[in-house]
Amino acid sequence: MTAAAIDQGGTDAAVSPWQLRWRRFRRHRAGMASLIVLALLVLFALAAFPMQRFMGLDPNATDLFSRFDPPSASHWLGTDEAGRDTLIRLMVGGQISLLVGLLATGIGGIVGLIVGVCAGYFGGRLDALLMRFTDGMIALPLLPLLIVLGAIDLTKLGFSREFAHSGAAGFWRIIVIIAIVDWTAIARLVRAATLSIKERDYVRAARASGAGPVYVMAAHILPNVATPIIVAFTLTVGRVVLFESVLSFLGFGIVPPTPSWGNMLNNAQELITTAPALAVYPGLLIFVTVIAVNFLGDGLQHAFDPRSQK
Amino acid sequence: MTRFVLRRIVQTLIVLLVMSFVIYSLIGLMPGDPIDIMIASNPNIAPDVAANLRKIYGLDQPLLLRYWHWLMSALSGDLGYSRTHSQPVLHMLLPALWQTCKLLVTSFILSVLLSFGLGILAARKPGGIVDGLISLAAFAGISVPVFWLALMMILVFAVELHWFPASGIATVGDGGLRDQVVHLVMPVTTLALATTGGFTRYVRASMIEVLRLDLVRTARAKGAGEMRVVMVHAFRNALIPVVTIMALSFGVLFNGALLTETMFAQPGMGKMIYDAILGNDFNLALSGLLFATLVTLLSNLAADLAYGWLDPRISLQ
Repeated sequence: MTAAAIDQGGTDAAVSPWQLRWRRFRRHRAGMASLIVLALLVLFALAAFPMQRFMGLDPNATDLFSRFDPPSASHWLGTDEAGRDTLIRLMVGGQISLLVGLLATGIGGIVGLIVGVCAGYFGGRLDALLMRFTDGMIALPLLPLLIVLGAIDLTKLGFSREFAHSGAAGFWRIIVIIAIVDWTAIARLVRAATLSIKERDYVRAARASGAGPVYVMAAHILPNVATPIIVAFTLTVGRVVLFESVLSFLGFGIVPPTPSWGNMLNNAQELITTAPALAVYPGLLIFVTVIAVNFLGDGLQHAFDPRSQK
Repeated sequence: MTRFVLRRIVQTLIVLLVMSFVIYSLIGLMPGDPIDIMIASNPNIAPDVAANLRKIYGLDQPLLLRYWHWLMSALSGDLGYSRTHSQPVLHMLLPALWQTCKLLVTSFILSVLLSFGLGILAARKPGGIVDGLISLAAFAGISVPVFWLALMMILVFAVELHWFPASGIATVGDGGLRDQVVHLVMPVTTLALATTGGFTRYVRASMIEVLRLDLVRTARAKGAGEMRVVMVHAFRNALIPVVTIMALSFGVLFNGALLTETMFAQPGMGKMIYDAILGNDFNLALSGLLFATLVTLLSNLAADLAYGWLDPRISLQ
């Protein structure tokens, strides 16, 4: 056997790092299970399109003669307080909640990435300034701040009246405000990783041969911080889905009639004696989504950490 | 040490000052202004009268100037009047803070005790069945939406079982200690359940780390019993990072308090801020938010100091 084969445990000749990680991830049972659960949840949310098309269900069509209908052949999970089909609203609400989770994490993640890599790479005053700012953000009570941001009148910021009251504005507003608030974890992580990587010899060599900061960051630093960032991104998605649900529940997020898992619970407390099931479903879906996302993050962390054995 | 404390206090004050400006500006961006609300309750106010009123109250001045006036009067102890409660804001903050403290402190103690117990239990055999179950429960605690947990608690224990009241802090006409405690059970349990998950994971990770150290092997080699090894030798060392993280999590706890107070109708800081924002009560919302920020910053300061005090190896210079 050659030395390389022995290194690989003697099974096969060449395995890429990502193949190794995938193998380790597959052995993490909770991680695999949550990946499947998440895939099912996405399918569930997407099932709204065929349901709308072939069963003729409309998530926003109210019917005051059939409020609080029990589950039936036409309404599989019954109807809500306005006679709307609960199942189709759960599906469409799922699309909104998951999309907000991914988009807000993506935007906030890019902000955190830029702040972190700049602070770590340039150091000095810029680093001190950015990190004090990050510390300040971390120290804040986020939920009250998010509520204030959610209450802002967009017309006072110069947006037109039509846009400020449209559904699209509500959707993008919640994404932007969560991204404004939730970028700090990634910024700190990226900064710490950048600090250690920028002193390595290959980075010095690149700089000595004339590579500019942007090139060094993109070519040498970012690929090396990819794995911790993927884990942090995953965990952030869970947190963002929770934030979205809370804000929409309190009335500062996705505005009805557009459903989201959070705003479907708006009236749940008043109706809890009349229709307890309506209070259970949306929350259960949020809970399952976030727990699966967190277990996925745990599994990824395990797979990406070469020291972990199982 | 003194220099470190002074520097941190100055830092805290600067953050507070910056935040006061940010929050002041944000509140100004909320729909309407005090004169709009006056007009809503009395539509007969003529436009020129309204403009005049805006002038008298200084609402036509630039943002920085208005902020400066507000800051000066706030520093002299005048936080303005609450519109919805018709009393000085200052008189409302302390009772609300006291209510929140009752909720936060009891649920914090409960979740610290629970998480120490569960975390240590899980860390004794990482990867075992007990560890798996505890980890699952901890993940559930982290992942559950607090307001939905509150809903489910109300559904099960108030609506179905009638064990505890669904809201409020006391029954009208009763209000004895027993009555107050009964009203606190559900909010405290909800908040504690939601925070225990995260804490348990920290305790577990920290304990696993410490149990691998030589000091634990030495203690065993010298014949210390398992109980003594875990509780005395390992636990004390595992405590240091955990205490800091717990103190730093005050902001998260406050988020939870806002939700539990709103769900269970407890008149604390969180519900006060939420109602103030909903009711366009600008003075109250502004002061409440700043007060919450101040308390969070102070708890972070305390966490920093506790870290140095707990671990003599760390120098605070």
